[in-house]
Amino acid sequence: MTTLTGQPSSEAIGYSFSKATSAPIREHSFYPYTDNGGSTLGITGSDFAILAGDTRSVAGYNINSRYAPKVFKIGGDDETGEGAHILLSVVGFAADGQALKERLDAVVKMYKYQHGKPMSVMACAQRLSTIFYQKRFFPYYVHAILAGLDEDGKGALYSYDPVGSYEREQCRAAGSAASLIMPFLDNQVNFKNQYIPGSGEGHALEPKKPEPLPRNTVEQLVRDAFTSAVERHIEVGDGLQMMVITKGGIEEIYYPLKKD
Amino acid sequence: MDKLVAQYSRPPHQDEFYSEQEQRELTESLPPLSLKFNLPPVDDSRAFLRAMTDDHSNPNCPIKLAHGTTTLAFRFQGGIIVATDSRATAGNWIASQTVKKVIPVSRLSRGEDKPSNEPTPGLLGTMAGGAADCQYWLRYLSQQCTLHEIRHKRRITVAAASKILANLTYSYKGMGLSMGTMLAGMTPQEGPALYYIDSDGTRLPGNLFCVGSGQTFAYGVLDANYKYDLTEEEALELGRRSILAAMHRDAYSGGFINLYHVKEEGWVHHGFNDMNPIFWKTKLEKGEFSNVTSEL
Repeated sequence: MTTLTGQPSSEAIGYSFSKATSAPIREHSFYPYTDNGGSTLGITGSDFAILAGDTRSVAGYNINSRYAPKVFKIGGDDETGEGAHILLSVVGFAADGQALKERLDAVVKMYKYQHGKPMSVMACAQRLSTIFYQKRFFPYYVHAILAGLDEDGKGALYSYDPVGSYEREQCRAAGSAASLIMPFLDNQVNFKNQYIPGSGEGHALEPKKPEPLPRNTVEQLVRDAFTSAVERHIEVGDGLQMMVITKGGIEEIYYPLKKD
Repeated sequence: MDKLVAQYSRPPHQDEFYSEQEQRELTESLPPLSLKFNLPPVDDSRAFLRAMTDDHSNPNCPIKLAHGTTTLAFRFQGGIIVATDSRATAGNWIASQTVKKVIPVSRLSRGEDKPSNEPTPGLLGTMAGGAADCQYWLRYLSQQCTLHEIRHKRRITVAAASKILANLTYSYKGMGLSMGTMLAGMTPQEGPALYYIDSDGTRLPGNLFCVGSGQTFAYGVLDANYKYDLTEEEALELGRRSILAAMHRDAYSGGFINLYHVKEEGWVHHGFNDMNPIFWKTKLEKGEFSNVTSEL
């Protein structure tokens, strides 16, 4: 028998749950997390950044929603996110992700009201890291990616682990299909293991230098990454939500994926 | 009587939603680097954290944290060499190959390298163990060092800075922090100074340290060739070669070799270079690594 309030003193009450009082206090296992699956992906270019995620939400082998967004606008003026200049994607436990997004959104808004200017992406990235670390001993079960434009107008992308270590990168995939997508991105965005043909023999072969990709190429890479992940991962599918941030604002693109 | 009434007539929903404290934290955009942490609502928060995040004791743990790896630093006649690899792993997954494991401390810098070759004043910290722990607490240390500089109108000594960090890690002992860090710097009071601090609360001054899963491999090369009288060229090469040895034999180390030199005027960055060409250069031009065959 388990008690909710600890052990009542049997003498004081006059009746006794002698079994209950002699048994040690049992604590049921505390497991506050669920993996809601899905995957997210971000790539930067010279004057834009793309953040994308599939829209399926799962718990175990059940698909609970076919449209549960994972990419959010941060610091917008209203519910639609109008006027936002930062994007956040969260994958892992959706409730933690939602809480994290709301907390960051509040911080970015308060920054604007208190300082009279929008928060820079670099400042927001550092702040998000500390928000994560505040829960170092009870972590957010979330892999986050933050995207925006830096002071020079270049695409900026920051990726996070669940307790707030972060790094600026050119591209990053997170979530359940990260291990499928990330190697593809290494090869297609950073040109890893690609060499210039005819530049030499064996070790003299010159590696291909990575350079920022144009927007239509990046969009196609994102689509290819997700359509491929859908074919080989059960937790990815239903729809692809893509957010593109440029100096003109944020554009949202929805692209259907297989629903099986 | 009024007191009693007040005590029992609190609004029934007072404790719901956000407390005043929480509201303040939400509305102020600048309470970061605070020492107040959210704890899980269980008796033993350490056991909870271990069950959720420790992939050593529980390979199926849901939250896999990024871990760091091989780092080294040594003193020589020309200052201090600091070198690291750049791999971060979460379980068997290589989470990143481009981690910057040398973190500039003091003068709240953005952790970015200046394009010029001018030395930058300040200390250097290295990162092994939990990536977030190292990043967060070295940033906290930067803040304390900057405050020290403002209050005392001179730069903090490495001894003092390392003690701030050691006292901090000691106060969190057993809570599950994981970091093994080295602090390197040169001050007029101390000359070149090197300290090792870890999450157990250890703080040791020394000439030579290697930290991380690849430490033994790095020690092997470093101990064999180390002399205090190394020239700057030789010292940089020894740092690079020791990291290369660790990357070669330790699966959790790899990526890029990150090299720094701490001099009297400050630290200088000597590149973030892919290990692969360096490895083949070392093998083919110097005849080392003969365990690897270059033809089939």
